[in-house]
Amino acid sequence: MNKSKLSIFLRGIIAENPVLILVLGTCPAIAVSTSIVSAISMGLAATVVLLGSNVVISLLRKIIPDTVRIPCYIVVIAAFVTLVEMLLHAFVEPIYNLLGIWLPLIVVNCIVLGRAEMFARKNNPLDSALDGLGMGIGFLVALLSMAIFREILGEGTILKGLESFNVQPINLLFKIAEDGTMVYDFRIPILAKAPGGFLVFGILIAVMNKITAKKGGVKRKSFSCDGCPSAHLCTKTSCSEITELATDAEESSTENKEVDENA
Amino acid sequence: MLKSLLTVLLAGILTDNIVLAKTTGICPFLGVSKKYKQAFGMGLAVIFVMLCASAVTWPIYKALEALDIKFLKTIVFILVIASLVQFVEIILKKFIPSLYKSLGVYLPLITTNCAVLGVAETNVKEGYDFITSMVSSVGVGIGFLVAMLLFAGVRTRIENCPSPKPFKGLPITLIAASIVAMAFLGFDGVVKGMLG
Repeated sequence: MNKSKLSIFLRGIIAENPVLILVLGTCPAIAVSTSIVSAISMGLAATVVLLGSNVVISLLRKIIPDTVRIPCYIVVIAAFVTLVEMLLHAFVEPIYNLLGIWLPLIVVNCIVLGRAEMFARKNNPLDSALDGLGMGIGFLVALLSMAIFREILGEGTILKGLESFNVQPINLLFKIAEDGTMVYDFRIPILAKAPGGFLVFGILIAVMNKITAKKGGVKRKSFSCDGCPSAHLCTKTSCSEITELATDAEESSTENKEVDENA
Repeated sequence: MLKSLLTVLLAGILTDNIVLAKTTGICPFLGVSKKYKQAFGMGLAVIFVMLCASAVTWPIYKALEALDIKFLKTIVFILVIASLVQFVEIILKKFIPSLYKSLGVYLPLITTNCAVLGVAETNVKEGYDFITSMVSSVGVGIGFLVAMLLFAGVRTRIENCPSPKPFKGLPITLIAASIVAMAFLGFDGVVKGMLG
């Protein structure tokens, strides 16, 4: 593997980490990072989908007409998501139940569609596969780094969710005596809930800002549709245009009123 | 019957708030909440699309069930929702231009929003009947609107406040969202206590 191929692979993990630097796929990142097991399984599922969809889209890049490419990409992605969903359901049902609704929602994860749009349709299958793999692992790393804090501090356990595979979680921050009474309990339950997800994610991004600021800073676009690779799916609009359009509409409506009054 | 419908509606708005409790639809929640007016328009558009999407996907799922090809639901749902949004946009533009002016610009943004597909999938997963899924989608939509409006208010304040340099922009916004979400945890059990 030569150097440029390696850099394609590594880029997604650190320098262009989809969650921590590009701020994509925030919804699943906050939702499934409640436990280490669900974070890893979500990361792996998304990696498989990314790998598959990137390769197939790259192979079809000369066949798919440009004007209808987005629906084509969505069909390819949805097919891979369905495949992963069925495999998980058949072989590891506890994981399938753990991820629940977030498994089909990989379809609308902007990372997958974003990589198809930004990378796979312009590059050969091998590069696209490496890119998909790197981005998927970057997603996994981001989920895992959130899940470690949230599970240990919030649930007080490690490896919760594997009970059906005969792996008992290790209790760290609390102890229950044999008669069921709590001996001690240092958990912060809110971290395992939605507010904790927002909090941990915010702090993690701030830490990344601090680290990258020393190295000259990353160019991160402000969080809006401009920073989203799926922005041009919304063909005519972007968030900045929305502001303009909204003010235009406001102005024109006031103008209309004036006209009405004049009439 | 009415009681269970009211429970579903209130749960969607308060206890199971789609953004602040279930963390779906965070992209528009953070992206379009800088101004009240935008937040309001986006919220209304989401309610509208969710209602249409639930109304369309419910019979489609029944058809898939009858044909024994339930596993195709994800592919079919996303395609149906995407084309539905396009369709609604064209119709609004042609026949109700005033509504298109206020909602139209937000419609394309909603196509790839996980909140809409999430509601369709939840309706299927919970096995709701048609009326319950419609009520649930309205409740979830109103919950989204409430969260957007509340957060737009918080956000206008944040913009004017000094914050540490690494926290500027997105991180401080996320932490503010976390505090708003904590406030929503206070609704835990309210719906059950009221109607349960």
